[in-house]
Amino acid sequence: MTKEMTGAEMVVEALADQGVQHIFGYPGGAVLPIYDELFKNTNRLQHILVRHEQGAVHAAEGYARSTGKVGCVLVTSGPGATNAVTGLTDALMDSIPLVVITGQVPTHLIGNDAFQECDTVGITRPCTKHNYLVKNVNDLSRVLHEAFYVASHGRPGPVVVDIPKDVQFARGNYTGPQNIKHKTYNPKVKGDLDKIKAAVEMMARAKRPLFYTGGGVINSGTEASQLLRELVKLTGFPITSTLMGLGAFPAADPQWLGMHGTFEANMAMHDCDVMICIGARFDDRITGRVDAFSPGSRKIHVDIDASSINKNVKVDIGIVGDCAHVLEDMTRIWRASGLKSDARALKDWWGQIDKWRARKSLSYRNSFDIIKPQYAIQRLYELTKDRDTYITTEVGQHQMWAAQFYNFQEPNRWMTSGGLGTMGYGLPAAIGVQMAHPNSLVIDIAGEASILMNMQELSTAVQYRLPVKIFILNNQYMGMVRQWQELLHGGRYSESYTEALPDFVKLAEAYHAVGIRCEKPGDLDAAIMEMIKVDKPVIFDCVVDRNENCFPMIPSGRAHNEMILGDSAESIDDAVTEEGKLLV
Amino acid sequence: MNTAATTTHYPAATVVEKSGSHTLSVLVDNEPGVLARVIGLFSGRGYNIDSLTVSETEHQKHLSLITIVTSGTPMVIEQIKNQLERLVPVHRVVDLTVTGRAIERELAMVKVRGKGDHRVEALRLADAFRARVIDATTESFVFEITGKSDKIEQFVELMLPLGLVEVSRTGVVAIGRGPDAM
Repeated sequence: MTKEMTGAEMVVEALADQGVQHIFGYPGGAVLPIYDELFKNTNRLQHILVRHEQGAVHAAEGYARSTGKVGCVLVTSGPGATNAVTGLTDALMDSIPLVVITGQVPTHLIGNDAFQECDTVGITRPCTKHNYLVKNVNDLSRVLHEAFYVASHGRPGPVVVDIPKDVQFARGNYTGPQNIKHKTYNPKVKGDLDKIKAAVEMMARAKRPLFYTGGGVINSGTEASQLLRELVKLTGFPITSTLMGLGAFPAADPQWLGMHGTFEANMAMHDCDVMICIGARFDDRITGRVDAFSPGSRKIHVDIDASSINKNVKVDIGIVGDCAHVLEDMTRIWRASGLKSDARALKDWWGQIDKWRARKSLSYRNSFDIIKPQYAIQRLYELTKDRDTYITTEVGQHQMWAAQFYNFQEPNRWMTSGGLGTMGYGLPAAIGVQMAHPNSLVIDIAGEASILMNMQELSTAVQYRLPVKIFILNNQYMGMVRQWQELLHGGRYSESYTEALPDFVKLAEAYHAVGIRCEKPGDLDAAIMEMIKVDKPVIFDCVVDRNENCFPMIPSGRAHNEMILGDSAESIDDAVTEEGKLLV
Repeated sequence: MNTAATTTHYPAATVVEKSGSHTLSVLVDNEPGVLARVIGLFSGRGYNIDSLTVSETEHQKHLSLITIVTSGTPMVIEQIKNQLERLVPVHRVVDLTVTGRAIERELAMVKVRGKGDHRVEALRLADAFRARVIDATTESFVFEITGKSDKIEQFVELMLPLGLVEVSRTGVVAIGRGPDAM
């Protein structure tokens, strides 16, 4: 089934055939033919005009992560493409499926330093899963369908399709997405059964087992989260997860130890004898000093990306496969072979864990005079938990507090920049989420520094009547930078204080949004309820304690069980005495 | 604990197993940018390239073979192999050093300039190494020599005092023994 049409028509046709309903973008000279087609096809495809191309990519990321679909972006050549690079890198690090279409100067001008020309495929090669420059219109439909296939299969990631302007005008044959069989890229989804059997047997023999799960479970679909819950219940093992994995297992469940980072989770990771890592990648935020990482455990690692296995940490059983498939096999084999966990050993293990829990590592001293950021997130959680809520964040202290104090019960409800740590991610991501879930409550938990990095996107939210809520924990500092400077650089707060912050309430009004400021703990609940009630974008300027720090914290070059805890001031001094004070 | 670990919030590099040289055969689709992807992966992730050869092998099938000699610990070599296999246009990666049954060859052209005894000695050694003369003037030779890399290195070293001017090497190509394809 082939039809003759122009390259620009093929783009719209291919997107429609792939089931795309929304595309985030910004026009420019090299994509005008495609924008012309969008103009004629508004009934098939809605374009969301952002204010900066970085915002388009983050919006598509939020869209993709909250729906499980592929996010789509359309930007022009040159600066359009280079502005998209941060978003592409972010999506690559966090394994978010995107198809990003970039315009390019006409083929005869490529390499001539033409106006708004850049080597898009060269620049984006290291920050995409794959990319294409389409020089022949007859390759275009195949490449576009292939791009969706590559973005969404195996470990998901961003794919760039660079289309020169003359190819957009040229006429050629369009073929549909049916029978796209990639000749080289066919990732393995089923895990090796012998290895899964060995893993399950190792689990049954474990005395101090622990599940450590990650974003791979979320990416594998809601079914994977269900299967994970089933297996965790079946075994009775404790579970912790990475930042990216929050929501796969409900935070309200007694088997949940909190995100990796709580005292009990880190101690359990360190002292366990069998670690079952599912869809996480042992990155350096998790391991701390690699040579001191969980030294006594045997490790099972399930990942769809073979290169994640044995990359940072040597594991005993590496299973390459999709989380949902492997979890299903594990559960089936566990049941079929009548295996039982070692109940006596587990009882002792839980006893030990309860002692660690009693340490209450997330506790903080609340105040009647000033809003503690942890308290703000706790209240936000309590007042929104019974609603259909999605949370995005920027990057920094507020992000960690959101992860620690907002208790996620379901997958795909938590959008954050984990791998790249991109300040400015949250607002555009929230816009993408709200676009996909128009009737849900979407909140960007932000810091006052991060939000200014993509503030312009508030204009997008207003234009499309997307009632996103920007909940700023305003401490006037780049809080995470300030915290490190306080603890490791002798309190020399080099450039981490923002002297001339805007008045966020007036800023909201200038954008035709609503501004709310709250400075007293006693006013917080009413202010949050007001924010929820407003059916418009809101900037909520929550003025919080400037000196609050995020704990527990693994200090420089320490092992993952050597945390600094917040409630004992002297332990901060102890922890930085040996190495840290050398620097002071 | 070293100072690097205390001044950054990244964990220090761990000192691990012994590093060794491996020859990898990488079968790829012959499409634009495929070599850049492979090389970019090595430079981006800090792997070594000791030798690299690439050429189209089967024109009708659009296939190219890239032969890479690299070095690293077993864990790093496994990483390199997995990272290469993850690239979309890569069909197959074979570690010829692990399979243990591979033939490796390299070709070099060696230009030597000299007169009198030096010239005679160069020719004599070339004969001993089964190098062929492929160009000659009254004061120079260009030798063509094929063999394992260490043989070529030895030959080049011997030519050094005899008036070595220039060397051009292909880099290593390799193939497994026996009747089967990679």
